Amino acid sequence: MAANLLQVRQLHRTFGGLTAVNAMDLDVAEGEFVSIIGPNGAGKTTLFNIVTGHLAADAGSVHLAGKDITGFAPEQLATLGLARTFQHGRVFGNLSVMDNVLVGGHTRLAAVRPTWPILGPVAELVLALVRPNSVVEEEARQREKAREILTLFGDRLIPRIDNPAFSLSYANRRRVEIARALALEPRLLMMDEPTAGMNPSETREMMEIIRSLKHKGLTIVLIEHKLELVMQLSDRVVVMDGGAKIAEGPPQAVASDPRVIEAYLGHGAIGGRDVAATEVAT
Amino acid sequence: MTSSFGPWLDYTINGLVVGNIYALLAVGLALIYGVSHLINFAHGSIYMVGAYVGWLSITRLGTPLPVTLLCVVVACGLLGVLIERVALRPLRNAPRIAPLLSTIGVGVVLDQLVQLTFTADPRGVPSQVPDWRIQIGGGTIGALDLLIGAIGLASALLLFLFLRFTKLGWAVRATALDRDAAQQCGVDVGRVSSTVFAIAAALGGVSGLLVGMYYNNIDPNMGYHAGLKGIVAQMIGGMGNVPGAIAGSIILGLIESYGIAIFGTSYRNLFAFLAMILILVLKPDGIFARGRGQAQEPLTGTFIAPSAPVRLPWSVIGAAVVIAAAFPLFVKSGYILQTLGIAWLYAVLAISLTLVAGTAGQISLGHAGLLAIGAYASALLVQKMGMPVALGVPLAGVLTALIGTLLVYPAFRLRGHYVTIATLGIGEIVTLVILNWDRVTQGPIGLSGIPPLSAFGVKATSGGWIYEISLVLLLLLAGFQYRLQRSHLGRTMRAMRDDDVAARSYGVALDRYKGLAFSVAGFSAGVAGAILAHVYSYINHETFTSQVSLMALTMVILGGLGNISGGVLGAILLVGLPEVFRFAQEYRMLIYGLALLLLIRFRPQGLLGTE
Repeated sequence: MAANLLQVRQLHRTFGGLTAVNAMDLDVAEGEFVSIIGPNGAGKTTLFNIVTGHLAADAGSVHLAGKDITGFAPEQLATLGLARTFQHGRVFGNLSVMDNVLVGGHTRLAAVRPTWPILGPVAELVLALVRPNSVVEEEARQREKAREILTLFGDRLIPRIDNPAFSLSYANRRRVEIARALALEPRLLMMDEPTAGMNPSETREMMEIIRSLKHKGLTIVLIEHKLELVMQLSDRVVVMDGGAKIAEGPPQAVASDPRVIEAYLGHGAIGGRDVAATEVAT
Repeated sequence: MTSSFGPWLDYTINGLVVGNIYALLAVGLALIYGVSHLINFAHGSIYMVGAYVGWLSITRLGTPLPVTLLCVVVACGLLGVLIERVALRPLRNAPRIAPLLSTIGVGVVLDQLVQLTFTADPRGVPSQVPDWRIQIGGGTIGALDLLIGAIGLASALLLFLFLRFTKLGWAVRATALDRDAAQQCGVDVGRVSSTVFAIAAALGGVSGLLVGMYYNNIDPNMGYHAGLKGIVAQMIGGMGNVPGAIAGSIILGLIESYGIAIFGTSYRNLFAFLAMILILVLKPDGIFARGRGQAQEPLTGTFIAPSAPVRLPWSVIGAAVVIAAAFPLFVKSGYILQTLGIAWLYAVLAISLTLVAGTAGQISLGHAGLLAIGAYASALLVQKMGMPVALGVPLAGVLTALIGTLLVYPAFRLRGHYVTIATLGIGEIVTLVILNWDRVTQGPIGLSGIPPLSAFGVKATSGGWIYEISLVLLLLLAGFQYRLQRSHLGRTMRAMRDDDVAARSYGVALDRYKGLAFSVAGFSAGVAGAILAHVYSYINHETFTSQVSLMALTMVILGGLGNISGGVLGAILLVGLPEVFRFAQEYRMLIYGLALLLLIRFRPQGLLGTE
């Protein structure tokens, strides 16, 4: 049996009396593209936050490439090759586009970042001040790589490479976030609504970029409301509602699953759910 | 039985009385926190103003107690409304740390205005209650104790009734729960804020008056520690929790009272600050916090105002360095040179703080503590262990880096405002340890006869030497820091400052980079403190007070957070120029306070911009 890159088992998390994630299982194979959809409040982002170490699970386990990573801190997970983007976009506002991407490659700094205990930080300080050749070359390589990643976005980011991120448009900030995630050279890329707030043409552009990442063989987990994107790109779709998985399968099968349709449109919904439904319908 | 039990009863009564006084402060702080998510650092100053209003009213107008209380309530209530209007409301959309710094500025301005008007001399407040005491067990209770208890209970009851049964009280509670939603429902949030500030300030003022009567002693600086105690009490009970604030105050009052009974008066404040650090680290939501919500930290956010820093061309910096180095050729006054040398050392303090507060985003209000550690370390190494000064000074820097980082380490897990409060508390703890550890530090007597700067048998006592040594030190450390800020470390620290959650997701171990920032800053500040000790030749626990920390932060904000040239400029403007022109000695702190207020309001990015 081919080992899954990501394996989530019986994950559980409550907030006060509210169960946000309930007995959730999720498997993602190497090179697979899995989308997680579901109405607002279904627990998708909570699931993301647990897997990426931002929230503790009440019960259950998470394995990455066979290694138990339950309860690992985000910075440890980054070292293991897990990169994520955030639902509302979190770029480093006062850093330039280039510096944002360079921070994304932080875990790839080896020459300047010795991992020895206690003395490691001191050595890092000395190396940063003295800058021997190995450090200078590593920094140059990182910059070269960052520039390459930024060219993925055509002329969206390259002309603004030295501008602070706070001066960018919303869509460009989302692009910077993805560029930053790619700089980590992830084994697993988790994206939380990368096209939220983008207009249709920007969404199409983003879809092509994500498609190209998929063709490079990157393993991707995506939370997304825009079904067109999900249907075109996903190998498999997982549907969540009320914190649990209610359906799973190839995109077309899931789209016609009555449970899914009920989750989005059903419950005789009035109020909150309608919002999710309309968003999906578009 | 009673003879051994009596004193403890007295300590308990004293603890309850003091706790009640703290409660009047803490309840106001909790109300303000509830509706504005703001820790009001000006609260201690309002308390002090209350004491002075009461004193004026009794001694000048001869008012009876109820009228005195009324005067205090009205005057302080109006003051609260004024503070909210002038210093806080304009900052509604500013970065979250801005209103906090603004209240610090207001506190300094109020303290200084009262000091300039009534001098720093303590005054006695005639007690307006009959002077009888009743025996209970082995202890006694006086009329004033009962009055304080009664006022505490009565205001708690009134507040409860107000919040529970009046429309405005509902509006206050609604605003505390969700400001935006309350506004949507038509609650006049501005009016709620004004009301809350008025109530809080009135309670704080009454507290000040009662303390004045209790100890028969008031002075313009009485508010600083009282305000901090109110904050500590509120933290024990849980921020924004009104009943919790009362309970926290009583607990703090009792801890202090029993602590004094066992260890002595000079330990009083140490307990409060240790309690604060413990609470912050172990139960930041207060001892009554229950359950677990989603980790909500409404106080995060840095002070970094988006701006493009002014990059001084190298030619300008080079010219400035040449002029600074050549200055002693034209000015022969030893006094002026020594004064400017000290200004350069404060510039070292400023660049040290700008690394921590600006580049790494940890707004520290305890930076003077690092100076103190460096000063004592070098003085002791040289005096007690016979080490040469030229070795003692750098070693003091290394020790300060180590001790300073270890002291702040518990605060690494905190964010936003909590960092500022914790560092302030740590700075106070450093001072209090120096005061109480007299076997090593000689306590309040201080260290005198510290040998002057010297190397290879040459003594550098003249103003010219002090000037040049300090300037060279500043240039060296600034050069190092510039290189650091341009390296991957500077980038990583700034990323951590802008968004620590995202930074962690990209593998940035926050502790490591906070530790590096505090170590480098500790080394610089420690060396500066060490040199100051050898220049002053006498230091004690009051040489490097919280006022120095506040001054350092003002210099840093004035220059632009994270901006090295800005920090130097801030030191020249706030320390160098006033000293040289011997200008406005007694107005110095007032100017710092006003500068801080105006900067935060009108130019938060500072003169040269944040980096």
